[in-house]
Amino acid sequence: MAIIETKNLTYTYPGASKPSILDVSFKVEKGEFVLITGPSGCGKTTLCRCFNGLVPHFYQGELKGEITVAGIDPLKHHTYEMAKHVGLVFQNPENQLFALSVEKDVAFGLENVGVPREEIRKKVDHAMNLTGIYDLRERSPHEISGGQQQRVAIASVLAMEPEIIVLDEPTSFLDPLSAEKIFEVINDLNKKQGITVILVEHRLDLTAKYTNHLIVMDEGKVRFEGPPREILSSDETRLIGVGIPKATLLYQMLKKDGLNLSATTPLSSEELADQILEAFKPND
Amino acid sequence: MIEAENVHFSYPNKVEALKGVSITIKDGEFVAIMGQNGAGKSTFVKHFNGLLKPIEGIVRADGIETTKTSVARLARNVGFVFQNPDHQLFSETVEEEISFALKNFGFEPKVIEERVTWALNLLSLTQYRKTSPFLLSGGERKRVALASVLAWDPKTLILDEPTIGQDHEQKEILRQFILQLQSQGKTVVIVTHDVEFVAESNPRVVLMKEGKIVADGVGKDILTDPALLEMSSIVLPQIAQLFTKLSPLGLPKNIIDIYEAKEIILKAKERKPLQ
Amino acid sequence: MSVFDGLRFRKVYSPIHNLDPRIKFVYVISIFVVAILFSQIIPLMLLFLLQIPFVLLAKVSRQWLRSLRGASFLAALIFVINIATTFFTSGYRITPLNIEYAASLTLRFVVLVESFSVFFLTTSPDHLGLALEESRVPYEFAFAFTTAVRFVPVLAEEAQTIMDAQKARGLELEKGGLLKRIRNYVPVLIPLIVSAIRRSLELAEAMESRAWGATKKRTNLYALKLHRGDYALLAISVGIIAIAVYTHFFVSIPTITSLL
Repeated sequence: MAIIETKNLTYTYPGASKPSILDVSFKVEKGEFVLITGPSGCGKTTLCRCFNGLVPHFYQGELKGEITVAGIDPLKHHTYEMAKHVGLVFQNPENQLFALSVEKDVAFGLENVGVPREEIRKKVDHAMNLTGIYDLRERSPHEISGGQQQRVAIASVLAMEPEIIVLDEPTSFLDPLSAEKIFEVINDLNKKQGITVILVEHRLDLTAKYTNHLIVMDEGKVRFEGPPREILSSDETRLIGVGIPKATLLYQMLKKDGLNLSATTPLSSEELADQILEAFKPND
Repeated sequence: MIEAENVHFSYPNKVEALKGVSITIKDGEFVAIMGQNGAGKSTFVKHFNGLLKPIEGIVRADGIETTKTSVARLARNVGFVFQNPDHQLFSETVEEEISFALKNFGFEPKVIEERVTWALNLLSLTQYRKTSPFLLSGGERKRVALASVLAWDPKTLILDEPTIGQDHEQKEILRQFILQLQSQGKTVVIVTHDVEFVAESNPRVVLMKEGKIVADGVGKDILTDPALLEMSSIVLPQIAQLFTKLSPLGLPKNIIDIYEAKEIILKAKERKPLQ
Repeated sequence: MSVFDGLRFRKVYSPIHNLDPRIKFVYVISIFVVAILFSQIIPLMLLFLLQIPFVLLAKVSRQWLRSLRGASFLAALIFVINIATTFFTSGYRITPLNIEYAASLTLRFVVLVESFSVFFLTTSPDHLGLALEESRVPYEFAFAFTTAVRFVPVLAEEAQTIMDAQKARGLELEKGGLLKRIRNYVPVLIPLIVSAIRRSLELAEAMESRAWGATKKRTNLYALKLHRGDYALLAISVGIIAIAVYTHFFVSIPTITSLL
């Protein structure tokens, strides 16, 4: 049973001249790490907000088509009910933290739901440990770095123990080093905790290696869907404006010029390096 | 030309943000100032148009000492585009937004009209002339902010984190645009932590750490020095990462450009017998 | 920005800071009531002196003196107006009793203002927010309060950035007459307001995504527990009111003038 399923999902913001997402249909299985990418304005941000009901409840307008998330129809349930199953982490770290201390922020969702204090304590501590911010628990959100703030945001969503976590370009405002750390945290949550992850990102060089399910969107539609290796080697993908990892591009260039590299498209410089070293080995 | 000699600066209530930095940026150069958050990059460039004045040391923009000059006067020659366009936009139309600085600098109405048209054209915003800037998309608002600074044609342009929130194509357009500005003789300074963008543009790189300049030179050499980068918490560009792992092949390590990478690998293969 | 420095709370821990804000508030109210009860100068002086041990224990003497300085202008005004009114209405004469009375009115004002000042100086916003949450105030208000406090430094920085951005476009905030100067701030205020609105929308999204409104029976990670010190302060407050009421009705308080 798919944990997320959409059929012909279409949505136009009130007052907009054309739909932000058009006929979007796909399935996500439990435990997957899904990567969604595409040029600015392709609809990926709108799609994220469909998963927990912000679209259409918060943004108004009409959402057409069908969508099921963790067995529930977001159209027929309040956003606060969806929050128990799917957590959403946004782009701007600063605007997701409202409490005066880190741990109070992480506890926010649980407090809203009315979880008893001892349980809140346990879940908050657990979430902070998983994201490596336990030592920051008494700090105020303004004192910590962007990368740390984003980890607090992830922890505060994690504390509610959702089956799915959706992250909409969480590293936009972060430097590459902090971004890498965030991706490692997210990957651990997926591989070690079994949480289904949906990550919207531009930085494919850092993230393509984590996923088996890549969705490329353009102008509101799903253009490509499947394993990243095939999709990222196609010219069409590049022409949409997606940032193909340099390793993949170089691989194609070398192969075209006759270098005997393996048939598997590399997604990272490690993979390409291994392939090149292999190609340089003498034929014994 | 921007000159800084032994600049020291501290914000009130904070530790020293700049601990004696010196730099000379000649006309027409393209410089990328890099470093971790808190290294002092933005603090440093804010001295170039007088937004900040050094507590010790001297900063000169085109020979004028910044300590004795107002920001408005210095801004005539040094344009500064901030990271978030929403911190600038306030007018009812894009046209008014772009004329704002021109009015402040006392340009004649006829000249203002010409400059606005020119700037709109340059940034492909002509169809939005009478549109409210608040109704435009994020990328478009960034272009309006850029247009409003370019309108008065400053000799030097400073861009603070211009690539944040941009997708691949937008960054490519920006890169081409900077090259275009350079070809027109403008000096361009960018503050950024986007290593890939810098690797593709190959400017002069100035690396900062904890208020000091730790490296200043050819981008290629600095961005491929693992010790330097680790010290300043910067990630190696993708191509450089590849070449680090190809060290058994004895290839040069200071490669950041994908085309150069291809040539070098293929040549190395040709040189090996029996393949 | 120096104005906002004062609002940025410095984490200073002292026994006074650790007291429950609700009890501190009860104490302040009791001071308030007693100050209103008396118009004689001696009890008001005692009331004023009563604050000093709290100020010293809380190590906020510098800030407290600063707030005293702030109140002094209004206090002086009250004194002068009082003396002037008495002067003109009682046949151009001033007696020592008049002066004493004017002084006690002024002192009453100072005591009222200062007791609140001590309250805010010794209560961190976190603690205050928590007290609001634990009291019968609807959660929305407590939340609005803590969120506002949380974003004060952010907004202050943003205001500075916006001013810098516009200055870099030739805006000269210092130039021109009063009207021009006010107009000069439009390019600073509009981005600030627009940014605040955008921020509110993003915050609202984040709140909704974390189950805001799921139940009216919100729980809390923290709990305010009353300790010995709180009960002591409560006892002191009650004691003060008791003594004050008794003194007011059964003890005749001499004026300083009569003692001289």
